[in-house]
Amino acid sequence: MDLERQKHAPIYEALERFRKQRVVPFDVPGHKRGRGNPELVELLGEKCVSLDVNSMKPLDNLCHPISVIKDAEDLAADAFGAEHAFLMIGGTTSAVQSMILSVCKKNDKIILPRNVHKSVINALILCGATPVYVEPKTNEQIGIALGMETDKLKKVIAEHPDAVAVFINNPTYYGICSDLKSVVEISHAAGMQVLVDEAHGTHLYFGDELPLSAMQAGADYAAISMHKSGGSLTQSSILLTNNGVNADYVRQIINLTQTTSASYLLLSSLDISRRNLALRGKESFAKVIEMAEYARQEINAIGGYYAYGTELVDGAGVFAFDVTKLSVYTQGIGLTGIEVYDLLRDEYDIQIEFGDIGNILAYISIGDRKRDIERLVGALADIKRLYERDGSDLIDSEYIPPIVVKTPQDAFYSEKKTVPLTESKGMVCAEFVMCYPPGIPILAPGELVTQELIDYILYAGEKGCSLQGTEDPEVKNLRVIDVK
Amino acid sequence: MELWFSENHTENVKISIRVDKQLYSAQSEYQRIDVFESPEFGRFVTLDGDIIFSQADDFIYNEMVTHVPMSVHPCVKKVLIIGGGDGGVAREYSRYPEIEQIDVVESDDMFVEVCKEFFPETAKGFEDPRVNFFAADGLAFLRSKKDYYDIIVNDSTDPFGHTEGLFTKEFYGSCFKALKDDGIMVYQHGSPFYDEDEEACRSMHRKAYKSFPISRVYQAHIPTCPSGYWLFGFASKKYHPLNDFDPQRFKDRKLETWYYTTNLHRGAFMLPKYVEDLLEEEEDR
Repeated sequence: MDLERQKHAPIYEALERFRKQRVVPFDVPGHKRGRGNPELVELLGEKCVSLDVNSMKPLDNLCHPISVIKDAEDLAADAFGAEHAFLMIGGTTSAVQSMILSVCKKNDKIILPRNVHKSVINALILCGATPVYVEPKTNEQIGIALGMETDKLKKVIAEHPDAVAVFINNPTYYGICSDLKSVVEISHAAGMQVLVDEAHGTHLYFGDELPLSAMQAGADYAAISMHKSGGSLTQSSILLTNNGVNADYVRQIINLTQTTSASYLLLSSLDISRRNLALRGKESFAKVIEMAEYARQEINAIGGYYAYGTELVDGAGVFAFDVTKLSVYTQGIGLTGIEVYDLLRDEYDIQIEFGDIGNILAYISIGDRKRDIERLVGALADIKRLYERDGSDLIDSEYIPPIVVKTPQDAFYSEKKTVPLTESKGMVCAEFVMCYPPGIPILAPGELVTQELIDYILYAGEKGCSLQGTEDPEVKNLRVIDVK
Repeated sequence: MELWFSENHTENVKISIRVDKQLYSAQSEYQRIDVFESPEFGRFVTLDGDIIFSQADDFIYNEMVTHVPMSVHPCVKKVLIIGGGDGGVAREYSRYPEIEQIDVVESDDMFVEVCKEFFPETAKGFEDPRVNFFAADGLAFLRSKKDYYDIIVNDSTDPFGHTEGLFTKEFYGSCFKALKDDGIMVYQHGSPFYDEDEEACRSMHRKAYKSFPISRVYQAHIPTCPSGYWLFGFASKKYHPLNDFDPQRFKDRKLETWYYTTNLHRGAFMLPKYVEDLLEEEEDR
């Protein structure tokens, strides 16, 4: 990384030059630097709305970057150690889908774990590829799916030598990391490309004591959620490519679904966040690690809770642990994660990232302060004091292996009918059911509905998880394939 | 030369104090600390531009958070003061010989040093051998304490600055846990008059009321506070501030005070209608 070059932020600098020129706008957006919408200016501030401008020669165009956006992408590639970086403004969802669509065509096989974000399976609906799942091991104690085991990957590759790519989410939401380097070696040896959903791993590129990043491990593609640990605005993200991937083709794929009116608020936020990470990332994430470790130690001292860390590392299911993550198993105090999540928000004014059946995840980032950590720990201690109960009736399993009957695309576009969820046993699901967050499907299109799954969905709903994905907003009915 | 210190009490109201000179200014890890010398209020200290106490009126705070609970609780041995960086409250408690231990927790030790330098009379509180000082976060300090203190004083005044954590449900819960079965917590309850302070005031009462079986509010007149009117909270596991009040015990002590009297003790709990109303609204939530 060239630190002298990294001090620049080409998009930001171009916006500053443009602002000083005081150009009269006879182009979109129609609010004209906010003058046409005073209430918007009141809400967002003059500076913010004046940066909301259209693509034009001095500011480049995200659909076909040749000047400042190209420079910003080059700097991002340099900062992340990639051959090419694409600034993305449709969330990491768009980065994940673009890398899948770049690699898979209809009927191609792609190897992946099932505990992926819904955006991955949505990409398969779009392109018609066939998923081949590598079963993740589950940690019995905390009930979460772990990383991709290399032995299982080898076995799946041997059974499906015609697959074109291996997709892996690393780290997982909970901080679990796989042996990425071996995954890359094994896949490349079989002629398959490696796609990494690194939505929860931007910081891996800027820490000395953190697990290996996708680019370091030699992966071909990685989707980086800059707006998560990287500090940029919500919806902004980066797609990285390596190993001679044809960047011009990837750009065409991105342009299939990307807006032609890219927001300069998002683009400039990516630009200055990349600069910040390149110049100060190591130092900032060292502080994040220190805070997360302190929180882990204090939460474990309360008793009942289990804030897990590197002790989970076993060289297989958990090859490494991302210590910036603060995931806490809550069933030791007799409460589900979602119950603790709700209590934190409703009773203690603390919003955490998510709670599921067994765990909560508090997102610790460059914006946190020690005193906020004290509040979180204090609140967890108080919740234990006031709400602890016998938890022997709690369900603990989070991961139920799917029974795949059809590809996601075939199932999604099949003739469908609506049946009550409770009567859908034995049918093939044609839509998603998931808790959001974390957005990992419980059921995906093409999978068989079992009684275990129905019970799990009902239980998650009863405990207060936000169930989504179905046509029925109440998630009482399910769209299934209509077999006449 | 005209030199004035001004503090906005709302966007549309400010209080100004003529200043002779500024004695000190620095940025600590947590906040900006300034000390001024003034003809009307003597020396006063500000944190992030808000007056924290002045030599002229700090006796009111110190007496009200000390003698009110001390005249109710029959047997106080251990006291915890959170955010008592100036030592004034510790000094007031140290006037009671039966108290065996007074712990003071303040996260900003720079503030303590400034008080020791510019307010040596107030900071004398730290010299008493029963007083122990801890430079720590209040919430973190409380976590390991259970069934330990007779009285806890939350002497922090700002529910929005770095002491925000001391105005939360987790804080009240932690105090409840750290208090003995008949313990009392008193705390700065803010000023209810201006709209922008009212919500903080309401939220404090709501949380304390839910956390403790007895939760009452009392008042004082403090000139440098917003609208000159200030409230304190009295949250207790067993003793009621009026029903269990023992005026004779206080009188027998022959302690000299400048604000507190046993008559005032009763009167302080008699609140204006609008304050009673907003507190009751929160109790009914």
